Amino acid sequence: MSDLTRLSAASLSKMISSRELSAVEVTTAHLDRIAAVEDRVHAFLHVDAEGALDAARRVDAGEITGPLAGVPIAVKDVVTTKGVPTTAASKILEGWKPPYDATIVERLKQAGMPILGKTNMDEFAMGSSTEYSAYGATNNPWDLGRIPGGSGGGSAAAIAAYEAPLAIGTDTGGSIRQPGAVTGTVGAKPTYGGTSRYGLIAFSSSLDTPGPCGRTVEDTALLHAVMAGHDPRDSTSINQPVPDVVAAARLGKNGDLSGVKLGVVKEFAGDGSEPGVLNSFKESLEALVKLGAEIVEVSCPHFEYALPAYYLIAPSEASSNLARFDGVRYGLRTGDDGSRSLEEVMSLTREAGFGPEVKRRIILGTYALSSGYYDAYYGQAQKVRTLITRDFQSAFEQVDVLVSPTTPFVAFPFGSRTSDPYQMYLADLFTIPTNLYGGPAISVPCGLSEGLPVGFQIMAPTMADDRMYRVAAALESAVGSFTPPEL
Amino acid sequence: MAAISREEVAHLARLSRLAVTEQELDRFAGQLDVILQSVARVGEVAAEDIPPTSHSVPLTNVYRDDVPTPSLTQDEALSGAPDAFEGRFRVPRILDEED
Amino acid sequence: MTYDEILTKYEPVIGLETHVELGTRTKMFCGCKTDFGAEPNTQVCPVCLALPGALPVANRAGIEATIRIGLALNCDIAEWCRMARKNYFYPDMPKNFQTSQYDEPLCTDGYVDVTVNGTEYRIGIERVHLEEDTGKTLHVGGATGRIHGATESLVDYNRAGIPLVEIVTKPVPGLGALAPEIAKAYVAELRDIVRSLGVSDVRMEQGSMRCDVNTSLNLPGEEWGTRTETKNVNSLRSVERAVRSEIIRQAAILDDGGKIFQETRHFQETTGDTRPGRSKETATDYRYFPEPDLVPIAPDPAWVASLRESLPEKPSVKRARLREDWGISEVDMQSVTNAGAVELIEETIAAGASPAGARKWWMGELARRANELDVDLAEVGATPAQVAALQKLVDAGKLNDKLARQVLEGVVAGEGDPADVMAARGLEVVNDTGALTKAVDDAIAANPEIAAKIRDGKVAAAGALVGAVMKTTRGQADAKAVRELLLERLGVS
Ligand SMILES: [Mg+2]
Ligand SMILES: [Zn+2]
Repeated sequence: MSDLTRLSAASLSKMISSRELSAVEVTTAHLDRIAAVEDRVHAFLHVDAEGALDAARRVDAGEITGPLAGVPIAVKDVVTTKGVPTTAASKILEGWKPPYDATIVERLKQAGMPILGKTNMDEFAMGSSTEYSAYGATNNPWDLGRIPGGSGGGSAAAIAAYEAPLAIGTDTGGSIRQPGAVTGTVGAKPTYGGTSRYGLIAFSSSLDTPGPCGRTVEDTALLHAVMAGHDPRDSTSINQPVPDVVAAARLGKNGDLSGVKLGVVKEFAGDGSEPGVLNSFKESLEALVKLGAEIVEVSCPHFEYALPAYYLIAPSEASSNLARFDGVRYGLRTGDDGSRSLEEVMSLTREAGFGPEVKRRIILGTYALSSGYYDAYYGQAQKVRTLITRDFQSAFEQVDVLVSPTTPFVAFPFGSRTSDPYQMYLADLFTIPTNLYGGPAISVPCGLSEGLPVGFQIMAPTMADDRMYRVAAALESAVGSFTPPEL
Repeated sequence: MAAISREEVAHLARLSRLAVTEQELDRFAGQLDVILQSVARVGEVAAEDIPPTSHSVPLTNVYRDDVPTPSLTQDEALSGAPDAFEGRFRVPRILDEED
Repeated sequence: MTYDEILTKYEPVIGLETHVELGTRTKMFCGCKTDFGAEPNTQVCPVCLALPGALPVANRAGIEATIRIGLALNCDIAEWCRMARKNYFYPDMPKNFQTSQYDEPLCTDGYVDVTVNGTEYRIGIERVHLEEDTGKTLHVGGATGRIHGATESLVDYNRAGIPLVEIVTKPVPGLGALAPEIAKAYVAELRDIVRSLGVSDVRMEQGSMRCDVNTSLNLPGEEWGTRTETKNVNSLRSVERAVRSEIIRQAAILDDGGKIFQETRHFQETTGDTRPGRSKETATDYRYFPEPDLVPIAPDPAWVASLRESLPEKPSVKRARLREDWGISEVDMQSVTNAGAVELIEETIAAGASPAGARKWWMGELARRANELDVDLAEVGATPAQVAALQKLVDAGKLNDKLARQVLEGVVAGEGDPADVMAARGLEVVNDTGALTKAVDDAIAANPEIAAKIRDGKVAAAGALVGAVMKTTRGQADAKAVRELLLERLGVS
């Protein structure tokens, strides 16, 4: 039975549709695996065995067919699931059961994908290690003493630990790609507006992008195709056909990249990274050249301002988005002893309900938006955002995709970056520019550094998500995949 | 020079309805100072005549028609409420402007 | 100092901010209905309750109505603008920010002309922007629903998210002692313009139109003074009173050598004065920024042009035309307008009544009834068609004035059309000469002394006998006809 958890989503899907396997046995195998390893991994905040098995039974009964019907999935706990607890890993939402499904969750259900449960994350997706989860960190299956990345560490660890073949993540500054990189899995951030945000608990509205996580590029593309597409409930959703990412991934598998121009971002190819990371990155570039790709060095001079701009824009939007958590309509209420005013109760509730990183960012964002500081901080950051977008646009006039390491360092030990928040922020140094621009990017495992996975990032123009899948699949075919030690 | 003072952090915390403790104030003031000094680097970029970007998708005029869609039931609406009474959300007394 | 003395010394500058709740079927950013008076929290959804994860989508009808208001107020319509978030915590606002507009309003730089005492004044419009309404809070445990002294509050979010249009005037100097009246006339004109567009029912008493009044005083030749903002001004009369009382209050302070502080004050309906509101120290920094969940609004110029072409006749133009048609004075037209009777009378005339007849019923009997019932004239229970039918019965001599009033009472009570009520209640004028002659002869026989006096030439005494006849015919006879018949029978005519 446990072998089923090692199969790719693509294989599972074929075997379920040909009735070689039942969706119930596949789902059960994953639930069993979760039960066996969760005490060590802690990828899930909530497991919904009943809901998953119900969905699997409906597939087995022939009620639903489709490319991923019967293939189970884990969903990051920042995405609403009707009647199933959704907390964004925060105390302030402990026990909250949404009365509605996110659009992407609706699509998973319509596709017949059993939802195994909700995965751990940094509280409100603010962090790069899951150490800021209010419910305890997730451990990296490669080394249980190390972080699985963040904020979507739970989703990445769940698939790395074979608890789920696929997972949903959300990427605001790298929260899909960086966990993918440090767990040796694939994570894609689609074009902003390509996947619906309706039902995604907002961190930074202009940056948040839901996306797929998988163990292979093809699996990731299959999930991408199921979850993406226009949603009239999200005003920022793009009303255009989704690029054929599955076909692109299959094309890339052939290992032919002749005529494809890869732009190496000069600013991200130097000493900002650990030597082991740089090594794997350079070896991967050589592998890609062997597949026929042409390497061009490209300068994106404003990328060095992406991190500061991000840490003004994202906290600003967050300070406003998180204002709704006030203990009036849902969630935690603290200190309501009959004597205190609403203002006091609200302040006590938010104080008790939010963790330190969330509070820091709310305060930072409130500052950046304050009259007197707006122009110098938030306003200036938005101008820098324009310049970063122009860097991307001019780069894409020269090359088809841009490439860089996904993150400057491999999985670090717990506690090593929590005392200095800025050190934690550096984990997203290479992933943030894409979020500011809005284009798609993917992280693919490309090697090991001292036994830990390294991620390779491919960035494409907006609505050219297919391009990055092609290159990612080619790289995967050249370097192979990476399997963590037995748990 | 510090980019942000302890008093400013206290003011911002009040503005964002966070009853932070004295210890938190000390810690946040120090950390935010480091963060602010780093993010203030955006000011180095000459961007006077650069238009700001608020949305990365170049969309405009996304509207819905004025047609009703189902609402939640009162029970659903109140299902997550910490406190409710006769169909309404109950909250502690609101600080009076005259108080 | 008297009010007039104050105005010889100081010059007032006023400004008005008016919120109009649009009459769209659904809310501004979600599909919840906007029906008035629904059970609490039954017209709410994840979006307008601000549940985690929910996102807004703008209602096209709200954008269109805002543009139409802007056009009717002679504004420029933005080619491109954005919604903004106005951040502050308040429990009636689910997101703890209001989706509004900041430095990029949809409509800018217009004007409204108003006439007071025969002189026309131009009130500049600074901006017209779109935002959303808040929920409603009920304060429990204190005195009569006031926030002060309440022990807890109960919130209903049915109203949260209903589109609001905010109309802000430019500061208006130079009005002198007429400032209060002109302020009131402006709000009345604004109300008529918005009503003519059909985008709101603009009822101040129900809160679908609400006013904030800014007032300052300065000495002639000096810079404008510090202004105060008076909120809670909820009727036309209150607009006038609020400006006047604030002028008087500020003058007293200035005369004492005191200073005016920029502050929010609240108008007190009972006393007619203003009281201090939020103090300066707690003045909030709203931290406006462009709403990232909504994309920019870029109205197609062709669409705006078509909206401009389809604007209805301006209320002021229409009033002038109708006044001429109806042959009434400026003052009478003013009271018709204030009573909200313009359209009703217009429709009644269209249904066949004479202008005088139509005006008589709406401004008389029906206005009195509406006042008694505390409802709008339009909701008093009679339609223009019914009023026209009533007047036709009077013109045909089937009803006299007194009977017509009784018939109208029946119509208002829902007993049917005038003809039905007349028949059901048996109110038709007695035109049967045989029956009438008998009634007159009976009256003469029963009152021989009075009859004798009349025969002797004391015609004034006829009234008593007419009264007697009217009594026996239960008012259904035509008094004039009775009198003629009576004199004829007594051989006096
Ligand atoms: Mg307003
Ligand atoms: Zn709603």
